[in-house]
Amino acid sequence: MANDTATLDPAHAHGEHADGHGAHAHMPFQAHHFDDPEQQFDAGKLGMWIFLVTEVLFFSGMFCAYALYRSLHPEVWTFASQFLNEMLGAFNTGVLLFSSLTMAWGVRCAQLRQRTGLVICLAITLGCAAMFLGIKAVEYTHKWDMGLLPAGFYESQYLPGAHHTGLSSWLVRLCIIPGVLTVGFALWYLVTLIKGQKRHSEIAGPMLVTGLCFFLGAYLGIVIQSFEESSHGTISHDSHVAAGVDAGGHSDEPASRSPGDPLPEEIDQAGGAGLFFSIYYCMTGVHAIHILGGMVVLTWLLVRATKDQFNEQYFGPVDYVGLYWHLVDLIWIYLFPLLYLIK
Amino acid sequence: MSAVATSPTHSQPDSDNFLIYSKGFLSWALTLDHKRIGLMYLVAVMASFFVAGILALVLRTELLTPTEWFLTPQQYNQVFTLHGAIMVFLFVIPSVPAALGNFLVPVMLGAKDVAFPRLNLSSFYLWVGGAIFFLTALLYTGLDTGWTFYTPYSTTTRGPVVAATMGVFILGFSSIFTGLNFIVTINTMRPPGMTWFKMPLFLWATYATSIIQVLATPVLGITMLLLAAENILHIGIFDPKYNGDPVTYQHFFWFYSHPAVYIMILPGMGVISELMSVHSHKSIFGYRFIAYSSIAIALFSFLVWGHHMFTSGMANVASLIFSALTFCVSIPSAIKVFNWLATMYKGTVQLNTPMCYALTFIFLFTIGGLTGLWLGALSTDRPLHDTYFVVSHFHYVMVGGSLVGFLGGIFHWWPKMTGRMFNDLWGRVSCLFVLIGFNLTFLPQFVLGSRGMPRRYAHYVPEFQELHQLSTFGSYVLGAGLFIALGVLIHSLMRGKQAPPNPWGGATLEWQCSSPPPFYNFSHPPTVNEPYNYLPLQYHGEELGWEYVHPSHTAAPSIHPAPTKS
Repeated sequence: MANDTATLDPAHAHGEHADGHGAHAHMPFQAHHFDDPEQQFDAGKLGMWIFLVTEVLFFSGMFCAYALYRSLHPEVWTFASQFLNEMLGAFNTGVLLFSSLTMAWGVRCAQLRQRTGLVICLAITLGCAAMFLGIKAVEYTHKWDMGLLPAGFYESQYLPGAHHTGLSSWLVRLCIIPGVLTVGFALWYLVTLIKGQKRHSEIAGPMLVTGLCFFLGAYLGIVIQSFEESSHGTISHDSHVAAGVDAGGHSDEPASRSPGDPLPEEIDQAGGAGLFFSIYYCMTGVHAIHILGGMVVLTWLLVRATKDQFNEQYFGPVDYVGLYWHLVDLIWIYLFPLLYLIK
Repeated sequence: MSAVATSPTHSQPDSDNFLIYSKGFLSWALTLDHKRIGLMYLVAVMASFFVAGILALVLRTELLTPTEWFLTPQQYNQVFTLHGAIMVFLFVIPSVPAALGNFLVPVMLGAKDVAFPRLNLSSFYLWVGGAIFFLTALLYTGLDTGWTFYTPYSTTTRGPVVAATMGVFILGFSSIFTGLNFIVTINTMRPPGMTWFKMPLFLWATYATSIIQVLATPVLGITMLLLAAENILHIGIFDPKYNGDPVTYQHFFWFYSHPAVYIMILPGMGVISELMSVHSHKSIFGYRFIAYSSIAIALFSFLVWGHHMFTSGMANVASLIFSALTFCVSIPSAIKVFNWLATMYKGTVQLNTPMCYALTFIFLFTIGGLTGLWLGALSTDRPLHDTYFVVSHFHYVMVGGSLVGFLGGIFHWWPKMTGRMFNDLWGRVSCLFVLIGFNLTFLPQFVLGSRGMPRRYAHYVPEFQELHQLSTFGSYVLGAGLFIALGVLIHSLMRGKQAPPNPWGGATLEWQCSSPPPFYNFSHPPTVNEPYNYLPLQYHGEELGWEYVHPSHTAAPSIHPAPTKS
């Protein structure tokens, strides 16, 4: 009995390194309060599912707001969604879907104790996440330059400010932190190579790839965007006006507007398109925060994977993070058609 | 010694006691033991209750006179906002689930800990973080929106709305994580033999509460986030200036905050179910009905939020449906009350402190529930909306229900938590003060409200003064009762007699641990028995308390560890 209680010290029993403690010596990561690894796995999995339920409900408020204002002002949605670039959205959807594949593959690798495979899968998943954010940064900054901002700061497209040409100054500012991080990862990677710390370079390498993927994403975003603009002709503010009238449904015969239809000026203002962009920024912004959170836990998994801590008996954390990652992916799969595709 | 040898936990050496097995500030601050986290919650929520209670007395004192006395109307608004916000978010919501629940859920279940101990500790620190945001708002002394943060007022006031909403956001996560932890614990950590219908009713109530916490609180989270964004970024979703709709905010807010009402009352109901049965020494009447009614209340709670908004402008059909659904909630609530009363019938009722509080609960909660029907009916709600009638109604439920249930639970499990008995006479005196003081405070408010006294007003017409003064004096009596209760508990900590493992004669598993329980709760999976079968219990006098004699004790000695030689 006395011997048994000695293993109950919480600092050790709950810690990551409970190996060698009492009855659970064969399972280094089994917490003391679980009877067996299966119970621990089931508890974690159920907990993760419930957490995902709370995530769905968390987003549900914004989906409600979307449904409400869309049904109240359908013409605003028709007008405003043309400013979203479907190509970039579609590309990002592909990136996230691919990252879900590598995540699922990573779970498989963890279950089979394929350490290198797991590290590679996690690295690709991280890279895709960063690329998604890079493209998103291009999309956001382009809109900020055009004054397509939340309601309180929305600038009417009838009186366009100096539309940006070349590199957006916002984008440059957004790239500062990823840039510093990438340089840091590169230096770290070099140091580990020189010192020959194999495990550290297995962490630093994927992190460097992640950082570079952000810039790759930003570059691709700019390329796709300029390609779009050149093939469709430049989106001038004239076309906005035309589109605005279009939204009223009577671009050819403005005289025949029915009295209930809103004027284009009513759509293209803070309480019209501005509200759309409020909801757009809220939904995609909260989603992007979830991507960032996912990147943090993926990095944590990467560190643990290089320590070879996952095996046939213990792969719960990879599995749970995988579930989370698929949910984040799934939410984007709803956001993309709702915001970009439905006209 | 032979008399107690059958009870397994008497063999625990005293140093295993969870209060003293390790020492030092960090051993508490970084503990992963659910019992210590529960006690830390207990201290924290009682401190916030103290602050908010003082604010309530300040409000009542100001209302002694119909005109301005020592608070300007602006200050009055700030004080009632802080009173409401601190009471709701810092005290009532975490009181029973987080403080008592953390201590009791694993022990009652027969588990060693909750499923995720680290998450449990972080949810405590999230609570602390949220509380700090509230204190920031308090120090700014500018928050005057009321605890509901209704738009457009909350988007136009100069008060620190963003700090307060971020506080609520963080507190919401604390609540979600507690609920998630309990659901997973109850689902996956039950020892062999602990089937769903052998669980004590407190666990059923906690489970129902956790479902609400997990399903409703995220909606509050996004609402608060949108409100903060409204203030910082002017997103306009709730702002009529940008074609937004303030009533949407009310829908979002009450979609959480109505279920939150049941987060507050359901655990209290669970406590009362335990108290009624144990202190009547009689099996609970209608176990399954009480269990299912908890779940039913949890489900109904999501369907009635609209009854807070009958006057906000809703379609008539929607109002009718919300009204009808509101009446439905009274069915499971009434089932509970009738079952508690039936439990006492022909029982051996002992009027000790916990039982006195339990009876007070039933009396006050019934008044609170029945007056709720008047507010749920469309025709009577129109004149009563936003009057003192509403104030009085929800105080009968929140204070008369949740707070009194919380106090009853604290007195009931105090010997288990601290290992000390308290002075029963003074405990009962405190209960008497609370009962009289509470009714004196809030019965006049029903009259005030039905005569048209609106809530949240610093000044009032002179003919209401007598009733207001009655109410204020009642609040002093109530405050005195609560101070006596606090004194009884502190006295018990200093001078209390050593508590036996089972002072009341409870049959649920926590009474099979020593008082206070050892760090590990159960060194071996406990034998699960019927939670409300009192036949195997034998009384051994005040010193030793009650003892559960397992019918199969001699047949299966391996289940119980042999008493150690020490």
